[in-house]
Amino acid sequence: MILNYAQPLEVSNLTSWLDTFLRSGLPNFWVLFIEFVLVGALLLAAYAIIALILIYAERKITAFFQARFGPNRVGKWGLLQSVADMIKILLKEIIRINRSDRFLFFAAPFFMIVASVLTFGAIAFGKGLHAIDFNVGVLYVSAVSSLGIIGVLLAGWSSNNKYAMIGAMRSGAQFVSYELSAGFALMTIVVLSGTMQFSEMIEKQQYCWNIFNGHISSMVAFVIYLISGHAETNRGPFDLPEAESELTAGYHTEYSGLQFGFYYLAEYLNMFIIASIATVVFLGGYLPIQVHGWDGFNQAMNYIPTYVWFFGKTGVLIFLSLWVRWSFPRLRIDQLLNLEWKYLLPINLVNILIMVILVMTGLTLTDLFPGLF
Amino acid sequence: MAEKIIFYILAVLMAVFSVMAVTSKRIIRSATYLLFVLLGTAGLYLLLNYNYLFAVQIAVYAGGIMVLFIMAILLTNKPGEKVRTELPVRRAIAGVTAFAGLAFCAHVIYYNINRVSELVTQSEITPQFLGHTMMGTDKYQYLLPFETISILLLACIVGAIMIARKR
Repeated sequence: MILNYAQPLEVSNLTSWLDTFLRSGLPNFWVLFIEFVLVGALLLAAYAIIALILIYAERKITAFFQARFGPNRVGKWGLLQSVADMIKILLKEIIRINRSDRFLFFAAPFFMIVASVLTFGAIAFGKGLHAIDFNVGVLYVSAVSSLGIIGVLLAGWSSNNKYAMIGAMRSGAQFVSYELSAGFALMTIVVLSGTMQFSEMIEKQQYCWNIFNGHISSMVAFVIYLISGHAETNRGPFDLPEAESELTAGYHTEYSGLQFGFYYLAEYLNMFIIASIATVVFLGGYLPIQVHGWDGFNQAMNYIPTYVWFFGKTGVLIFLSLWVRWSFPRLRIDQLLNLEWKYLLPINLVNILIMVILVMTGLTLTDLFPGLF
Repeated sequence: MAEKIIFYILAVLMAVFSVMAVTSKRIIRSATYLLFVLLGTAGLYLLLNYNYLFAVQIAVYAGGIMVLFIMAILLTNKPGEKVRTELPVRRAIAGVTAFAGLAFCAHVIYYNINRVSELVTQSEITPQFLGHTMMGTDKYQYLLPFETISILLLACIVGAIMIARKR
């Protein structure tokens, strides 16, 4: 068991110490209250900091793909560039648009950011670093992430601008279609692991990650999830909603200052969220690499804290997403919808059937080689 | 204590937004207010520990039906224009209808609250249990209604394609 190994660098040591410390001196209500506020504040802080890091990483990696230097003036290697950008965006004026629906115009970015933060809370960053863990976790994630599209549609409409409107409609069509594929890919793994709760799903992958456990079917589901997740975030070859050459900036054309910042943040965090859900569902989440019987090896792997494993795996997937983004040309809208409805969706449906057969007939790796995995 | 405070906040929000949804003169704003009401309902489910219903409420209503509503409204003629006020006779008829609906609902709620005087707290429903209930054929299991509804939906889809088809 994983608990038998010493894990000196875990955050869960700190959190459990804090919990016992608070409980020793305060009534239950206040302990819970303080912990809720702390968890909320930490999540929001992590949200902002991860976004800053991602923006810097994206600009640097993009620059290397295009044989440029990227940001290199503010701070050493341009490390403070995204902090400077953040300060600039906070100081910018929020412009009001004539003849636009004020209320909806101001409400729209909040839908986007709230959906993103709610999904962000369901991620398990490490042992003991998991805020929202319903027994219907997978369903929860796909439900709350679909709130963001309302923000996009309302933004497009209330901007009183045809470019924004066209961008929003494209984004709506794209999101609704690809959400289906992402959901089905996750359902494939729900069939395999027999649970929808993220924490249980992670525990079951200790010796054999889901991507290997369901071999053929899992691999297909993984690729489909990455493609459709990438499309949901309006990035890479799927960035039609904000195609600069045709639509200036798509649905957030009219936004400025902090409101634009919300959309920008949500876009980057959605990329992170997709990568981390893929990590949790397919790649064993925060668990280190473990092999049956290799006790010394397992011990050594366990010295590396779980959050490092999580961010490592997620980082690899984010790099993959950036790689795709800067390697493929943009799709046309008909190609985009064809890809989803004529290829991904049928493949996905057949894939779920194959996974059910694999699980029912005992052909998963854990069933085939019980001692090994 | 905390639950009561959250409940009252949600209840006030839902009441205010449902009134705003019907009194707003712009249809797209009405849709947005309705969305807030639906999210409030989801919050109530969460308060009752119905996690599954909470997720389904958000996925189906907020994520599915509201997107459909907004898309449909955007396709209508000038959604941002204010709706003009109707004639007095029609207003009176609408008022009477609304009052009748309110009285009917109030009667049903009052009658049922009197019958079920205390709420039975249930243990958390697992997705496995839900799945077996949906897909089983024993007593209190619902395979037949489930399949009937799926056939109905299939018929709807086929019908929609038939209507939308170019000849």
